[in-house]
Amino acid sequence: MAQHKVNYTQDGGLPVALTSIDKIVNWGRSNSLWALTYGLACCGIEMMASGASRFDFDRFGTIFRASPRQADVMIVAGTLTKKHAEFIKRLYDQMTEPRWVISMGSCANTGGMFNTYATVQGCDRIIPVDLYLPGCAPRPETLQYGVMLLQKKIRANHASKAQKAKRLM
Amino acid sequence: MRAYTPKDNVQAKAYYTDRFYVSPQVPRHDVSSDEVFAADLETISSKFTVNESYIEVGQMVVYINASDIYGVLELVRDELSYTQLTEMSAIDWLAKDNTFEIFYQMLSMTKRKRIRIKYSIQNGQAVDSVNKLFRSADWSEREMFDMFGIEANNHPFMKRILMPYDWQGHPLLKTYPLQGDEFAAWYEVDKIYGKEARDIIGPEIRDTANIDRYDSERFARLGFEQPKGTKITGDEEPTVQTYQEDGGVFLITKFDKDASKIVDDPQR
Ligand code: SF4
Repeated sequence: MAQHKVNYTQDGGLPVALTSIDKIVNWGRSNSLWALTYGLACCGIEMMASGASRFDFDRFGTIFRASPRQADVMIVAGTLTKKHAEFIKRLYDQMTEPRWVISMGSCANTGGMFNTYATVQGCDRIIPVDLYLPGCAPRPETLQYGVMLLQKKIRANHASKAQKAKRLM
Repeated sequence: MRAYTPKDNVQAKAYYTDRFYVSPQVPRHDVSSDEVFAADLETISSKFTVNESYIEVGQMVVYINASDIYGVLELVRDELSYTQLTEMSAIDWLAKDNTFEIFYQMLSMTKRKRIRIKYSIQNGQAVDSVNKLFRSADWSEREMFDMFGIEANNHPFMKRILMPYDWQGHPLLKTYPLQGDEFAAWYEVDKIYGKEARDIIGPEIRDTANIDRYDSERFARLGFEQPKGTKITGDEEPTVQTYQEDGGVFLITKFDKDASKIVDDPQR
């Protein structure tokens, strides 16, 4: 037994914390949401702005990764063309479970103003989506709010139970 | 998918009315009115057949025979100093007389002049590639093939450039529906999940205003989300959305809205 007088239960100096596995796992998951760099069109610029110093995504633990294998959340930011549809599916499949998808902007939600032959009318035709952000383009604050809501959604999970793999079909 | 309406004679009818006065045609001037163009035309017509020529909006337009295109472009590049091919593509006149019009827009930096070389081909005919003369023709000719289905002979890589390789149809044809034909509508579903997935995934929703406020599987107005399977009566109570649970969050300081400071200076 150590002889010094450190009060372990005081704020800050806590080497020990009592909690449930659920909470600690969800805390870890929700506060290190690494996002896959997925700027497809103009919304990508707002996504980059969210990551840059003025809006500073890092303080949420959201760091953009260039590889789907290191990412937890895919932010589909922009117009998804039909030519690109197979690649979004492939990248989604390469992400490890548990994984989440944020559909950012009108284009990713519904095809937006691109009511044409070459645009997928909503990326939820290809991959399951957790959160839709309206706007053309959504402000970085919207994206941050979206990530906060996603964190809340993750915290509601039971980490001890195996999560049902999300499938579109 | 919406019912497909045939658009075979779409060029024959005007589908809009002009809101403002539109002059029926840009005036055309005789080539002799500009001496630089007149000398250029002289050189071209001394070696090749010129079917028609005029000056329109300060640019000379020359109609030649389809088989002469390589020779004419070589001539205007090497002898008339039109060293840049800035643009080339086709115009769909299929409804009028079953032809395509191919144009090559040329720029001379030394003369500060632009000319346009044009010719017509029948539907299904191929054109001669000018890729050897101008590198810029490489992608332009591929785009022309992609958009109109006109092949260029002697092109090193005659494949689609914008649409996927396995695409069917040529989207810039006037008969191609803007929102895509049957193949285009199901392209991504067929390719990724297979044809049998069509029933599960369903047709495209092309009406962007089609948003059901209580459709919680796709969209709901923020604060009006309802759990899946709820029977919607229409006067649902709003649900309060906060991004932190009432009891606070483990290891995270509770956000207190009243204690927070709102920064309202946009120049902060
Ligand atoms: S939603 Fe608007 S801003 Fe975003 S990708 Fe589409 S057009 Fe661009």
